[in-house]
Amino acid sequence: MTQKTTISPREELVSLYLENLDMITEGSPDILNRFREEAIQHFKLLGFPSVKNEKYKYSKIESLFTKDYEKYFAPKKISFRIEDIFRCDIPELDTHLAVVLNGFYFPNNGLTTKLPNGIIISSLAEAARNYPDIVGKYYNAQAENDTDGLVALNTAFVQDGVFIYVPKGVVEEKPIQLINLLLSTENQLVQYRNLIVVEESAQANVLICDHSLSPMQYLSNVVTEVHVGANASLEMVKMQNEHNDSAQLNHSYIVQERDSHVKTNVLSLHGGFIRNNLKMLLNGEGADAHAYGLYLADRSQHTDNYTYIDHAVPNCSSNELYKGILDDQATGAFFGKILVRQDAQKTQAYQANNNLLLTADAKVSTKPQLEIYADDVKCSHGATVGQIDREALFYMQSRGIGEHEATLLLMFGFAHEVVKQVSIESLRDRLDDLVEKRLRGELSRCNNCPMNCC
Amino acid sequence: MLVIKDLHAKINDKEILKGINLEVKAGEVHAIMGPNGSGKSTLASVLTGRELVEVTHGQVEFNGKNLLEMSPEIRSREGIFLSFQYPVEIPGVSMVNFMKAAVNEHRKYKGLGPLSASDFLKLLRERKELVEIDSALTNRSVNEGFSGGEKKKNEIFQMAMLEPKLAILDETDSGLDIDALRIVANGVNKLKRPDNAVVVITHYQRLLDYIVPDFVHILYNGRIVKSAGKELALELEKKGYDWIKNGEDL
Ligand SMILES: Nc1ncnc2c1ncn2[C@@H]1O[C@H](COP(=O)(O)OP(=O)(O)O)[C@@H](O)[C@H]1O
Ligand SMILES: [Mg+2]
Repeated sequence: MTQKTTISPREELVSLYLENLDMITEGSPDILNRFREEAIQHFKLLGFPSVKNEKYKYSKIESLFTKDYEKYFAPKKISFRIEDIFRCDIPELDTHLAVVLNGFYFPNNGLTTKLPNGIIISSLAEAARNYPDIVGKYYNAQAENDTDGLVALNTAFVQDGVFIYVPKGVVEEKPIQLINLLLSTENQLVQYRNLIVVEESAQANVLICDHSLSPMQYLSNVVTEVHVGANASLEMVKMQNEHNDSAQLNHSYIVQERDSHVKTNVLSLHGGFIRNNLKMLLNGEGADAHAYGLYLADRSQHTDNYTYIDHAVPNCSSNELYKGILDDQATGAFFGKILVRQDAQKTQAYQANNNLLLTADAKVSTKPQLEIYADDVKCSHGATVGQIDREALFYMQSRGIGEHEATLLLMFGFAHEVVKQVSIESLRDRLDDLVEKRLRGELSRCNNCPMNCC
Repeated sequence: MLVIKDLHAKINDKEILKGINLEVKAGEVHAIMGPNGSGKSTLASVLTGRELVEVTHGQVEFNGKNLLEMSPEIRSREGIFLSFQYPVEIPGVSMVNFMKAAVNEHRKYKGLGPLSASDFLKLLRERKELVEIDSALTNRSVNEGFSGGEKKKNEIFQMAMLEPKLAILDETDSGLDIDALRIVANGVNKLKRPDNAVVVITHYQRLLDYIVPDFVHILYNGRIVKSAGKELALELEKKGYDWIKNGEDL
């Protein structure tokens, strides 16, 4: 009798963890190490979320992990000057820049930048050593290791990422930009972690850009935890622009204290497979959360957004708008859950998801889920799946605009409703421009970087 | 300029236009009146190329060319303009970008290059003044959240931007108060030249006090049942439409 042994990707990752444990823990600070054991146990138990799991109903995860990826437990030396390869050409947009290369913080005059006003932008591992009190307090405080196998997997393997700290009362006008680059000569799985802490009455703008710069297969499984203190404001814009052989699994957790304001905007311009989880916990009265998203997909791309707004206390408001344009055979999904707990009286929660399908083969699933346990609340949701508005098209044609151009204008208009929520004007204009290029089919890369990544 | 011969058209297999004959020459103003549901807007739709309406018989020539063969955008570039009875809201598309695209497509058709940003803004400003529209409107999305009157003024503003040879105004007066009506009519009159023409579709005499027609036609049940000079509109105002419906003569 011959026995056929097939190792599942789950078992493979667990043994990879056990075999490399020394290497993983050796260079890592205790704050990261102390959660690994429990996390790998969770992962062992949970495995990859299946489509039977309601939260992951529209995305097949496990098959992503069956490809051969290299996994590195220390940053691989790649000698390049960031400005030679990548120049984010958003004009007039002057930012504090942090770069993550293949999951590891890329040194920029060291692993930590401290601004005169006290803001810290740093490698997460380095920050855990230098600022154990702050990192220790917030690290892994929100990640759902016991219910989401992907999050547990990240916690088990994580070695680095970015730490951003905006101390109490500091108002920073200049955006903090985090660029995640994938650049290698082999396929890679990267799992890094970002921690953003905006303390009481502080204000910050964070721009996150994801790019793949070489034509290899990539799988990113990234967790970002954000803490926003009382009366603080944070705007986070994420721009995803990766090639068709890349898959991204993002898990963002944001907790908001009293009277805080948070606006997130995730623009999925390009990518083979994109899954974004966003959980926002309104944990202090008077807080408001705005979550916006735009997804543009064509060919066989897949984008899936899952949002979960948790109204835990009274007098908070949330407002969600996600819009998608799907072309060719692309598939998309939006699943928006809103929980209004029993105590959360006077909650206002609004959600809208609008989709444009450009072909009969493109598909989108949209699912709102409102769980309301308080009685004095204002909640609404609405979802639409439609085609280009023929009346609007005719109106534009009757003014001399050709059908193709009119269709494009309508699509820009549709997308602009999301882009216009970005507060920084130069960034907003640039994003409009990128969206336009993308919809015209001219976006082979997001800027003048010499790598052709799409 | 415009010659319509024995035009029949249907919507969803229902014949709406049942043999229309009409000739509009450069410099003329025509009014088309008639009860609701007569086919006035359908005629405007045929002239502008709306897909919904299927022409089953007849011809339409515009400056010697077969209009019915042209796509809606080509008709526009050839000089046809419709002020919509129900202007369409287009969220996310700013008036400025909309008009820039339209003006530049018209220019391209004439073999001209696109206007520079400053020339375009100058034109925009000039034409806004002509129709006295609120400056802020052009910064907003096309018709989005506009009041009824603003939408109609916006139609005339677009007409001013594109300077058509033949403008068809489909109930541009409905929903306008008397001041707005005067502004809209003034705008149309200022754009009037010997080499262009206007077709005014309206129920009421009051717009025709400002835009004085050379000819008035009554369209009823898909046919032009009577044509005369401007006095016909006054009589209609007095007698209403019932006599037409009853098949009487005036
Ligand atoms: N979109 C449509 N679908 C079906 N029937 C239509 C449509 N538009 C107009 N009609 C019909 O065509 C006829 C003429 O309408 P219309 O041209 O709008 O009249 P008017 O502008 O003179 O009031 C009416 O019977 C109307 O019901
Ligand atoms: Mg009508």
